[in-house]
Amino acid sequence: MIARLVRYLRQSGDSAADSSRPLRSDGGVDTTESGLGRPDETDPGPSASTVESLHRNEFVRSLPFWLPGFLLVAAFVYGAIGWNFLISLTDWSGFGSPNYATVSFDTYVQLFRDSVFQNALWNTFVLMVSFTVVALAVGLFLAILMDQEIRFGNGFRTIYLLPMSLSFVVTAIFWKWMYNAQDGVINVALQAVGLGAIAPNWLGDPRFKLWAVVIALIWQFSGYCMIVYLAALRAIPDDHYEAARVDGASTVRLYRRVIIPQLRAATMGATVVIMVFALKAFDFIYVIYGGEQPGPSADILGIMMYREAFSGSSEWAYGSAIAMVLFVLALVVIAPYAFAQYRRGDL
Amino acid sequence: MSNAQPHSAQETTESRLERLNYRRVGLYVVLTVIAVLFLIPLHSGLMASLKDGNAFATTLPFAPPTPDVATLDPWSTAFSRLGRSMLNSAAVAIPATVLSALFGSMTAFGLTKIEWRGQIAIVALILAAIFIPYQAVLVPLKQGWSMVGLEHTLALIPVIGDTLAARTSLFELTITHAAYGIPICTILFRSYYQKLNDEILEAARLDGAPERRVYRRIVLPLSVPMFAVTLIYQFTQIWNEFLIALVIQDSSKNYVVTMQLNALAGSMQSMYNVQMAGAFIAALPTLLVYIAFGEQFAKGATV
Repeated sequence: MIARLVRYLRQSGDSAADSSRPLRSDGGVDTTESGLGRPDETDPGPSASTVESLHRNEFVRSLPFWLPGFLLVAAFVYGAIGWNFLISLTDWSGFGSPNYATVSFDTYVQLFRDSVFQNALWNTFVLMVSFTVVALAVGLFLAILMDQEIRFGNGFRTIYLLPMSLSFVVTAIFWKWMYNAQDGVINVALQAVGLGAIAPNWLGDPRFKLWAVVIALIWQFSGYCMIVYLAALRAIPDDHYEAARVDGASTVRLYRRVIIPQLRAATMGATVVIMVFALKAFDFIYVIYGGEQPGPSADILGIMMYREAFSGSSEWAYGSAIAMVLFVLALVVIAPYAFAQYRRGDL
Repeated sequence: MSNAQPHSAQETTESRLERLNYRRVGLYVVLTVIAVLFLIPLHSGLMASLKDGNAFATTLPFAPPTPDVATLDPWSTAFSRLGRSMLNSAAVAIPATVLSALFGSMTAFGLTKIEWRGQIAIVALILAAIFIPYQAVLVPLKQGWSMVGLEHTLALIPVIGDTLAARTSLFELTITHAAYGIPICTILFRSYYQKLNDEILEAARLDGAPERRVYRRIVLPLSVPMFAVTLIYQFTQIWNEFLIALVIQDSSKNYVVTMQLNALAGSMQSMYNVQMAGAFIAALPTLLVYIAFGEQFAKGATV
């Protein structure tokens, strides 16, 4: 996704003629084509002076179109985050209005000493990394299988992508039944194959509480990873396969040396999107564990933030500080990718 | 995969075909097994929703109900609890979807088809907004809406004012979702507009058409395919959204369907059959949209 976005940025800075270059549909950046088929940079384009005189006040003319939308985004996103940061610097408990005269970083100091926060931060990290790695791996595996002439390809794709159309609330309710300790689907299946002795209490046992969430999220989003990879695979020219085949490369070698390296851009883009989904795992945990108290083993920052800010205690400043940590985490996820793009000259 | 395997010239066509067949059978087996695994949660949920409480407790979770115990009671119970919230969700999701798509289209037009220096910075800010975790804006959102005091303003409207004031949280949700939908819609439309040919727009401008006519008469009609993508994707997103509703919703009378489904699950702890029916009812609109427009949905999801 990001790759695609970054690409738009670059293109908007280029000449108008450049925007006629074909875009790839997978969110990846085309490394094989860069520089090919582009018009000469020195080409002034058709009747540049006419266009120039016509568009002297393009900025003013464009304002009515983008300004309303941009102002809404600025207010609801950037304004809100700025305000959230200000609130996190106060000691506001949610009553009356915050006292902005006494700003300090005390809340953050308190936060990082809080063992509940440390635990939630660790859980967030574990959930994000394990979910992302497995979902990408499953997605890549499915994409490689699907990247062939197969019958019912659309049918399979529809099934794999189906969970993504569901709300977290809906999937949480389905999976609560899957995980039910006595007569839930998974444990009944384990009993049926003689593994009843190891059938765990998925949602009650602290050792499994977080993994129960990870498994369900993988179910919901590996189809997404599949279509990202599938689009990227289809964009790799056939002669790369041909060349490897002529060289006598084995299938495994072909994928390790030729195909997977070319999927880097798609991987990075999907990683960013998937990790941001993981930061949003709030909905699923909130519903499957019946509220904002899932217990320490499934407590993540999103849940802790909601609990601090909006349940009985309503420590808004504390909640805002946790929200800022989440925001920074999201930036940390996106930054390396943006930096890689920048280094490659794509930004 | 199969085309990657090297094969020597001595190999007979026959043995090659045979090997390919084994490969293909294996491929379909793997694809089917995974598809079945993917469908198990939905299948078990559907089976559970068709059994009464007794049959539910005594039969295997994934077994279909026998004809004598099959019942639609869980569905009618769930629907009686969710019906109103479905209307609330529609009242929020439909206008918010249309608003965000329209704003997205306009914003993308202003940032793509009219070239000016510095627009890259605006685009950067808008696309960064896609990745914001909602938690980072919840406290200001809650506080902001209470400061705006929409409730008191709506109450001033004659005749229907009181009714509207009681539904304030629906208005707030609509506007909030519309605003948070703008970034992704803008980026989707932007990618589309960059591929549109400029010549026809230039011709219209040379004929003296003002930008709003260029937009309304030329760009808007050409945007129909992209509107399909954004409307489908946004509707699904907004219908499925839970966290913002959780923070903004004030009374259960105004609950959107995700909120009401969560409440239903909380109040019917052990009645899984009703919960499953409820989950299907709540998911029905997005499931139908997905089944009817899967292609466009995937396009929106991958950007």
